[in-house]
Order: sequence, then C-alpha cells, then structure tokens
Amino acid sequence: MNAIDLQNLDISYGDTKVVFDVNLAIPEGESFALVGESGSGKSTILRAIAGLAPDWTGSISVMGKPRSHHVDRAVSRQAQMVFQDPYGSLHPRKTIDAALSEPLAIHGIGNRGERVEAQLKAVGLDQRFRFRFPHQLSGGQRQRVAIARALMLEPKVLLLDEPTSALDVSVQAEILNLLKRLRREQGLTYLMVTHNLPVVSFLCDRLAVMRHGRIVEIADVAQLKAGQLREPYSQELLAATEGG
Amino acid sequence: MPPLLEVENLRVSFPTHSGRVEVVKGLSFTLGRERLGIVGESGSGKSMTGRSILKLIRKPGQVTADKLSFDGIDILAQNEKQMRAIRGARISMVMQDPKFSLNPVMTVGEQIAEALVTHQKLPRRDVQARILDMLKAVRINDPERVAKLYPHEVSGGMGQRIMIAMMLIPEPELLIADEPTSALDVSVQAQVLDIIDDLVTRKGMGLILISHDLALVSRYCDRILVMNAGRVVEECAAGQLENAQHPYTRGLLAAMPVIDENRDELPVLDRTQWAGT
Repeated sequence: MNAIDLQNLDISYGDTKVVFDVNLAIPEGESFALVGESGSGKSTILRAIAGLAPDWTGSISVMGKPRSHHVDRAVSRQAQMVFQDPYGSLHPRKTIDAALSEPLAIHGIGNRGERVEAQLKAVGLDQRFRFRFPHQLSGGQRQRVAIARALMLEPKVLLLDEPTSALDVSVQAEILNLLKRLRREQGLTYLMVTHNLPVVSFLCDRLAVMRHGRIVEIADVAQLKAGQLREPYSQELLAATEGG
Repeated sequence: MPPLLEVENLRVSFPTHSGRVEVVKGLSFTLGRERLGIVGESGSGKSMTGRSILKLIRKPGQVTADKLSFDGIDILAQNEKQMRAIRGARISMVMQDPKFSLNPVMTVGEQIAEALVTHQKLPRRDVQARILDMLKAVRINDPERVAKLYPHEVSGGMGQRIMIAMMLIPEPELLIADEPTSALDVSVQAQVLDIIDDLVTRKGMGLILISHDLALVSRYCDRILVMNAGRVVEECAAGQLENAQHPYTRGLLAAMPVIDENRDELPVLDRTQWAGT
C-alpha cells in the first residue's frame, strides 16, 4: 500500500496557482525528500496533505484513503506535520504537557498522562521537561517536543518541513539521528522538505527535485550520492551544495 | 603595514538576575587586509564580537578590552558622533536578513543613495551614476528598474545583494558580514558570497565573515577562528580545517552529514557539561 498517493495535484493560494500536476506515490515505510529552491512549491505540497492549503484539485490519499478538502480527522491520525521553526510552532503560554495532551483531547483518547510520558521518552527528553514552558527549552529540545507532539496520535506518516534548518550543526545531528531511530522503531513513512542535500543523503531513500511548482526529476538516493542526477537543474543544486 | 584591526582581551557581558554573564571571554586577534572567518554555534559569542567592533552593543551590555583599535583609532574611546563617521564609511556590516534590515518605505535607490551621501557630498548626477554602478557590481542586471523598486518587490537573494551594495558604496576598509546568507537558498548563497568575495579582493578590503557553517567559511576565508562559549578554541588556516586538533572543532566537522553519506548515525557533541538545564 502507498502511504501517500498524489495524483494530478494542482494547488493554489487564491488566484495564484503554485503547484502544477504533481504525481507522487510513496510506499509505506519509505523516506522521501522534496528538494528545490524557495517558492518551488515543496512546502505547499506538505501543507495540502496536512489540510493547511485546502485549495487544491486532483487527489490526495493517505494510507489508501482519499483526503477530503475539509478538516479530516482520519488523516490527522495518520499523518502529522513537524514544522521548521521550533520557536514558532509551540504555544508560548502552554506547558509541554498541555501541548502534547491537546491532540489526545481533540481525538478523545484517554490515558493521556502515560502517553505523554511515553512520547517524551521516545524523543529522548527527560520527564522533568514535562511541566516546563517552551521558552525554558533550547532550540533542539523544542524541536524534540514538536516531534513528540506529531507522534502523539501514533501516526504512520510524518510530514517534515525543514525540520533541522533552524538548528546548529551539532543539534541538527542529534535530531537527524532521532528521526532515523524513530522511523526504524515505529515503521514510519517520512515525506521531508529540505534544501540540504547531505541531509537527504543521510535520511532518505528517494528524492524529487522541484522547480517552479513542478517535479522535474525523481531519483534514488544512490544517484544523488554518486552525483548522477539527470536534469541540469538538479546538477545545479548539487553543484551549489558542494561549492562547485 | 600595521594591522587593520587589533583586538586584545575583548570581553562582553550582560547583567542577569544571578550577576553579570560574560558572553565573550577574553578574545584576541589581529586582522590585516584579509578574509577572516569566525565560526561557532548559537550562543558562542560570534555575533557579539562583530557588534562590539562597531560599538553596537547597548547598555546594559558592557564591552571591555585591553585594546580594540581600528587603523590606529581606539574604538572604545570614541563617542557616538565620532563612531558615526566610522560606521558605514570605514567599517560596515551586512546583517542576516534583508527583510528586516532594509527600510520598507524607501526605494532601493534612495536607500543606497542615503548610505553614500551621509558620508560624502556629491553632485546628484554622480550619486545616481555611482548607485547604478554599484548595483551592476552586485550583479543586478537591470539597475535602473531595480533602483525604483521597494524592498517588498525584490526577492531575498536580491535584497541581500542590495544590502551589500549599500554597505560597500561608501568604500569601507572593513566589512563585517554576520551570517549574510543563512536566510537565503543554497543556490543563491554561493552567488551572494561570490559577489562579496569578488568585491573584497578587488578593493583590498578586510572581511570578517561570521557564520555557523564551517564548510562555507572554509571556502571563502583565509583564516578561521572557531569559537565556543565565548572563547576561541581553535585558530587555523582555512585550508587546514580538516587537520583541526581541538575536539570541539572535530566534533562539529563530524556532525555534518556529507553528500555521500553512509554512516548509520552521526556523531554528536558530548553535552554533559551543560546538562542540568
């Protein structure tokens, strides 16, 4: 079964169309990356899957079930998003415990205390962080909380929008290791947006290169490692990363 | 030739509830007309170092140094009026995000002109010509049109090039670039740095490039200082970075994934010394 299936997907913001005719099938358990420059529409695809960009045509299926244009609780339980900026994605006046319990309350799931404890443990945070506020945590710790929050509903798919680009190199390494371990332990599927090709090389199996709202190339990560991307634009991205 | 900038035992501190906290703890370096990179993680004091050179740290922050001299001028002894004659004209600074550093209600051309005429009286025709030349120098193809645009009408990469144009038009002797490209795309980053590099070499200026990106700094600088917790832990020539000795530098290098990545897990820095927070 495909964890994510996108067919003839066009996405608009108001009158402006930003993503054109995207077809993508991501099998369960795969880690897939979307790369490209800002404005290429990569984040918009994640937002459409998560229900944050409702103005789309075509079809989006998550774990075999087509998604509606409205708030879709079934999809929320299967796919959760982690955002780029750990400073902006946590409510400043809510404790970590409140932030992590909220999805459970919305979906009417009991046994909240234990679940919060379990997820904090899964992302490698000590229990003493449970009743702190986001401003009392470092950037890396906050990103761990954001990942724990996404995992609260035990989804099968994580939508990762530049999860490490706001972090220092050494903290980035910790979060990348964490993501790799979680995927192994919980059999998650990742759809990750990034512009950092080495990160793709570390964490992903396949990648799609996007430009001006279209996918220009889908490649295996082995091709990326060998520097054998087909399209000239992909080669350009690769050259920019390696410094020519 | 005497060094352009001499810094000895620079200390920057801020008051907190539990006494003053030093964020830069006794930094010393000299800079000639060369390109120096300062690398470190958040909180290592690298930006504070850049700001203290321009005397941009406001009270209650406190800057002390045994020596902080730029071209023989004692920076710490200058008053605000004297500093204004140095800032921009002789030392200028490119900040991280063009979105917050450009004036949203002035056109690009007006802002660049302001940077120039503040320090130099020039006939209007010459000012206009200098602006267009400068925009061309930062590889903006259509300078007449761009000069009439407002900052919200240009992209991030172009905004940063405009910032660079503004900072270089008074022809300073030292440029401090504080994370000049971290708000930009990878594909644009190289372009912006190439422009800085080109102009700096051509005009024989000094450059201090402050960044958290080791690879980038080693590509564009002659010499690198690695900072951690307010101190320089390593100083080396850019080409010698792979042979870095200090465990912190080695840790940073190892933690970076590479394009042909086959490690199952990335090594992480031992943070036990900061545990308990």
